[in-house]
Amino acid sequence: MEVMTEKKIERKGPVLFSPYKRGEGIKAALKLKRNDILFEVKEAGLKGRGGAGFPTSAKWMLTAAAKSDKKYIVCNADEGEPGTFKDRVLLLEYPELVFEGMVIAGYTVGSDQGIVYLRGEYEYMLSSLEDYLKEMKKDNLLGDKILGTDFNFNINIHLGSGAYVCGEETALIESLEGHRGEPRNRPPYPVNTGFMGCPTVVNNVETLSSVPHIITKSGEWFKKHGTDKSTGSKLFSVSGDCNKPGVYELPWGTTIKELLKLVEAKDTKAVQVGGASGVCVPVNQFDRKLGFEDLATGGSIMIFNKKRDMLKVLKNFMEFFVEESCGQCTPCRIGNVKLLEGTEMIEKGTHTFKYINTLKELGKTMQVASKCGLGQSSPNSFISILDNFKEEIFSSGRNGGDKK
Amino acid sequence: MLLEEKNSLSEEIEKYVNEYGNNRAALMPILQAVQRNHNYVSDFAQQEVARMLDIHPVEVYSVISFYSFLHSKPRGRNIVRLCRTIACDMVGKDAVEKAVTRELGIGFGETTKDGKITLEFTNCLGMCDQGPAMIVNERVFVKLDPEKAINILNEIK
Repeated sequence: MEVMTEKKIERKGPVLFSPYKRGEGIKAALKLKRNDILFEVKEAGLKGRGGAGFPTSAKWMLTAAAKSDKKYIVCNADEGEPGTFKDRVLLLEYPELVFEGMVIAGYTVGSDQGIVYLRGEYEYMLSSLEDYLKEMKKDNLLGDKILGTDFNFNINIHLGSGAYVCGEETALIESLEGHRGEPRNRPPYPVNTGFMGCPTVVNNVETLSSVPHIITKSGEWFKKHGTDKSTGSKLFSVSGDCNKPGVYELPWGTTIKELLKLVEAKDTKAVQVGGASGVCVPVNQFDRKLGFEDLATGGSIMIFNKKRDMLKVLKNFMEFFVEESCGQCTPCRIGNVKLLEGTEMIEKGTHTFKYINTLKELGKTMQVASKCGLGQSSPNSFISILDNFKEEIFSSGRNGGDKK
Repeated sequence: MLLEEKNSLSEEIEKYVNEYGNNRAALMPILQAVQRNHNYVSDFAQQEVARMLDIHPVEVYSVISFYSFLHSKPRGRNIVRLCRTIACDMVGKDAVEKAVTRELGIGFGETTKDGKITLEFTNCLGMCDQGPAMIVNERVFVKLDPEKAINILNEIK
C-alpha cells in the first residue's frame, strides 16, 4: 500500500511559485534590520491568507512590540475548510517557503521557537516534513546561531486530532496547550497573550510562504500583482464540476468568470467561494472579483453544474457545521442544529415560509452573537443558497418542497 | 485488565511522558501515542496519564471526547475514514460507501466482528481535487471507486 496522491499544481503564477532558492530568504533577512523587514512586509500589503485577511505586518509589529522573554511563531496548518487543499500542496512541495517564512517571522519579532500545527488528517506528511527540518538544521538554516549570527530558532511539529474549529487561532492555541479546542474570548489577542500566555504570531501556511519572496524580491515587487486592497497572488483550491481541478495561483482581482474558463468548467450553476463557511455565488454574479474588497476567501472554490441539487449541497454543509461546532457558545451550538432541521424540512416539504424566514433571522443573529468565526460564518451558506436558488429549491422540481 | 497488562501500559505511558514532557501541553502528543498503539485510550490509561501529568482524570477524558481522532472505547485495529464532504460526495462517495458497507457487512461507525476494521465518516480530508478520498490509519487514498476501495480494504491486515 502506497500513499497515492498526485501532484496537483495546475497553474504556477508569478509570485508564490516564482523561482526560489533554498535558504535565500533567511540569508537576505538576517542581513536586514528587524524594522526593515517589518517595513517591507507592510509595503507589500500582505494580508492573512487563511481567509480573515488581517494585515500580517500589523500582527508582527504588535508581537514585536510586546515585552516578553519568550515569544512563539505558530504556523496554522489546520487546513480544514471544505474544498481547501492549497496548504497540502505547499507543505508537500514547497516546505522551504513555509519553514523559512517562520524563521524570518521569528527573527523579526524576536522569537526563538516555531510550532507547526499540522492537522491530524495530514499525518502522512509528518515524516517527510521532519526530515526536511533536519536537513535545514544540517545547513544551519535552523537551530543555534543560524548562518553564523546570534539568532537561534527551532521548529516543532504538533499534530492535531481532527477538529475543524482548531483552525481558529485561539482554539488552536488551546489545543497546543493540551486543552479542548474551544476558542477564547478576544481580546486579549494572541499577539499579547498567546501560547502559554506569551506573545504569539499565528499565521496561515500560505501567508508565511509569501514572506521569503517579499524579502528577496521586495514589497514593491509583491505589490505589483493583484489589486490595491488585495496585493499579491492567491492560491485557489478548485474542486467540483470542472475538467481541471487543482491548485491555481492567480492574482487577486480575478473574476469568477475568468477562473471558470481557466479550469474548463461547463454548464456552471453556482460557485461556492470560501468553502462551507463562504458564500454561494449564482450565475448572474459571475463578474464579481475574488479579493478582500469583494469576495474574500481562503481560496476554496467549489463548482456546481446544472445537474446539482443545491439543497443537497446545503444539507451537506449544515451537517458539517453541526458536527464541527465546538459547542461552547449557544448561538453556534443550537443555531446550526436548527438550520440543519430547517434544511431537512425543506427537503421533506414540511416547512413553512414563515419558519424559514425566522431561521434566516436566526442566521443573522448567529453572525453577530457567536464567539468565533465558525458560528459567525456558518449561516452564510444557508442564507446565500436559499436566497440565490429560491426558485430551484422552493418551486421547480420540488413543487413547493413537496416531492410527490 | 490483568496486572501485567496494567504494568506494561504504565511503563509505556511513562516512556511517552519522558519523551514529550510532564506538562499539560504534552497531553495531546501522549494521548495520540497511546491511541496510535492501542487504537483507543482506556480508562486505566487515562488515569495513568492524569496521574503522571498531575491533572484530574476528567480533564484527560474531556480532551479525548473533544477530538474526533481520539477514542475512549475500544476500536478496530485499523480505522478507515471515508470523506463525506461535498466535493467527494459529488464524484462518487455514495457508491464507495455502499460497496464498503456491503463488503464488510457493517455500517459506518461500526467495527467488524474480528476487530480488524472500524469504519467511519470524516470531514474534508483536503483531497477535494482527487476525490473520493479515504484515510486508512494515517495513509490517504484518492480517486476511489468501489473496486479500488475494496482492494485496499482487502490488503489491510
